[in-house]
Amino acid sequence: MDLNGFAAGVGDTAQGPVSIAGSSSRGGSVPGVRTVTAPAGIEWIQADEMIVSCGAGTLVAELDAALAEIGQSIALAPTGTVGGALSVGQSGIRRLGYGPLRDVLLQAHYISAAGDVVKAGGPTVKNVSGFDLCRLLVGSRGTLGFLGDVILRTRPLPAVSQWFSTTADPFATFAALYRPVSVLWDGETTWALLEGHANDVREQAAGAGLVETGGPPALPSTARWSLPPAQLHMLSTDTGFVAEIGVGVVHHSILQPARTLDPAVLALHQRLKEQFDPTARLNPGVDLFDI
Amino acid sequence: MSCLIDDLGVAVSPDRVRAGHAELSLYRRDASNFDGSASVVCFPMTTAEVQAVVRVCVAHATPYVARGSGTGLAGGATPLDGAVVVSLAKMDRIISIDAQARQAWVEPGVLNLDLSKAVAHLGLHFAPDPSSQQSCTIGGNVANNSGGPHCLADGVTAAHIVALEVVLPEGDIVIIGGEDPDPDGLDLRGAFVGSEGMFGIATKICVRLTQNAPAVRTMLLDFDRVEDGAETVSAIIAAGMVPAALEMMDALCTRAVEEYIHAGLPTDAAAILLVEVAGLSHGLEDQVARIISIGKAHGARTVRVAQDEAERALLWKGRKTAFGAIARIKPNYYLHDTVVPRRKLPEVLNQVYEIAKRHDLLVMNVFHAGDGNLHPLLVFDKREPGVMERVHAAGEEIVRVSVAAGGVLSGEHGIGLEKRDFMPLMFSPVDLAAQAAMRAAFDPTGLANPTKVLPSPAACGDVHHVPEGAWI
Repeated sequence: MDLNGFAAGVGDTAQGPVSIAGSSSRGGSVPGVRTVTAPAGIEWIQADEMIVSCGAGTLVAELDAALAEIGQSIALAPTGTVGGALSVGQSGIRRLGYGPLRDVLLQAHYISAAGDVVKAGGPTVKNVSGFDLCRLLVGSRGTLGFLGDVILRTRPLPAVSQWFSTTADPFATFAALYRPVSVLWDGETTWALLEGHANDVREQAAGAGLVETGGPPALPSTARWSLPPAQLHMLSTDTGFVAEIGVGVVHHSILQPARTLDPAVLALHQRLKEQFDPTARLNPGVDLFDI
Repeated sequence: MSCLIDDLGVAVSPDRVRAGHAELSLYRRDASNFDGSASVVCFPMTTAEVQAVVRVCVAHATPYVARGSGTGLAGGATPLDGAVVVSLAKMDRIISIDAQARQAWVEPGVLNLDLSKAVAHLGLHFAPDPSSQQSCTIGGNVANNSGGPHCLADGVTAAHIVALEVVLPEGDIVIIGGEDPDPDGLDLRGAFVGSEGMFGIATKICVRLTQNAPAVRTMLLDFDRVEDGAETVSAIIAAGMVPAALEMMDALCTRAVEEYIHAGLPTDAAAILLVEVAGLSHGLEDQVARIISIGKAHGARTVRVAQDEAERALLWKGRKTAFGAIARIKPNYYLHDTVVPRRKLPEVLNQVYEIAKRHDLLVMNVFHAGDGNLHPLLVFDKREPGVMERVHAAGEEIVRVSVAAGGVLSGEHGIGLEKRDFMPLMFSPVDLAAQAAMRAAFDPTGLANPTKVLPSPAACGDVHHVPEGAWI
């Protein structure tokens, strides 16, 4: 992985503003600013350790295909680059079962605003060596540093993975199932994704009155709300949404009402930005509070 | 200038501010035996009182150390240089439980196991289960991003904390993270978990609760060779299974435990593996069969499957009382905590035995094999002349071989004082500067538990020894 070449491309503060370009599947780089691209390619896959190392510029599709060959997967959104998926930080609709995307990043080399190659985290799943800089990088949209290469944890593919649907109450369905991978609700229909041993999947579905279906519903893409899962029942009078029960993400056709921001939390963000990018040269203008 | 102790008395209440010699000596260390010295201990009972305490410390430019039950093993809660100890032990209320959303708000002083007991009737539990779970606090779990045997399948503390109310070092009270899945901005919650008291003091914690498994099967496999046990661990994971727990004990440890609890453990085995699978019945039986077959293929002599809850509890008692059992062999032990890739377990274990032999020390291994999380225990009698130097030297070598094998400094105990000066083994000066930048953003005052985790810049690039007397 040519991290030093990537670092030279980013340069130091004397080189001024710079933006990172992936495959423009998530909005692309900052217009009018010089761009760099991260190294691409899978460096290694350790099937028995369930970890993979790749350049941040690697296409998610390439990584998915390579992992599928060894019966493993990572729940990255299936478009664009690995670095883009991590930088935006959105989890997919299997978050209920697989956990949030932020938990897959074990180690990263990123290029700092000073143009240095910096390592965050470590190569093992269990690791409390120092502060958890990886968690800060996921979802930081290139405002703290540009991801160069990463080590991600994988998970085994299930024996069986089947979507079901029902018109029963989504919260009762959620409560009745043991660790469903996804439970979605559009106000009328509830969908559930069950994975595991075929007999367990069949028995769970039968017990909850679920009927097999081809897949999840189409997701409204206008807005992505974030609500406490306990508040999802308040959506019942809405239309044009698909809510992730037990998680709280709502794919909605209208924008989420503006949320208030605590000035002290904003100040903490500003101090982090000043520490990591004092001249605000990395992805200038990207506002984490205006997505 | 007013007196620190008087001001703290105003901040909390004079009867919850203690500076007597006997009390201070109780708080001069955590479970690590790194001795420090506290100038005063205070016991706030509300967020507002914690805020007032922090402001008093800032006004007096005095460092402070948040403390739960003091079960930490890395010196993270050891007060240095007359720091104020802020005990959160009296903030021990479970504030609310939402069974449907599977979230609970708790105060930091709630004991880990107490939370699981309080939600057991709802079919839920708090997944992180450190060996100290009867006595450690949720606040301490947050500070250290604690693990435990069942974190193999369910993840360590960071995966189970959704939001935190924090008193920042400058005195602001903020909520970071949220009950909702994607709060705006950076993942400050994720950055805070594991920050070892250096980013502020958590005063309320929103945890994720986990469904209890409908069925559990617990197995004990025993081996003639440690390598066979370690290879069985790798093979189980490589076969696409992630058991709920996968724990290993070597011969010396097994014998000590058996003499202590009489669970019928095979005392002639070189290693035993405790494997637990949890979930729905068909998947469970399938996994049990596959694990037995993998074990047999890797030289397992016998496989004992717990027949009932009592037998399961007995097998786990063996694992969880290992440290008590060891006290019967030698009066002192030093417990290490490193992680290596699973495939390197046989090689690193052999190196650990060689290191102990070379330094004429007894070593026992009882550890989270599924995570590659080693816990070599050096057992000794500190009255023996010169033994501490040998314990010290062997410990450093164990850390070095673990990192050299592609591992990390700590899997769950944290860095604290213990491994602070080993950080350059894993991180360059530039890497460490980035971690220092996180700290500077959260704590511009530099008063929240200073001098832990990060080596002083002068030490970067060179591994220095921890303070004399630290390895006791």
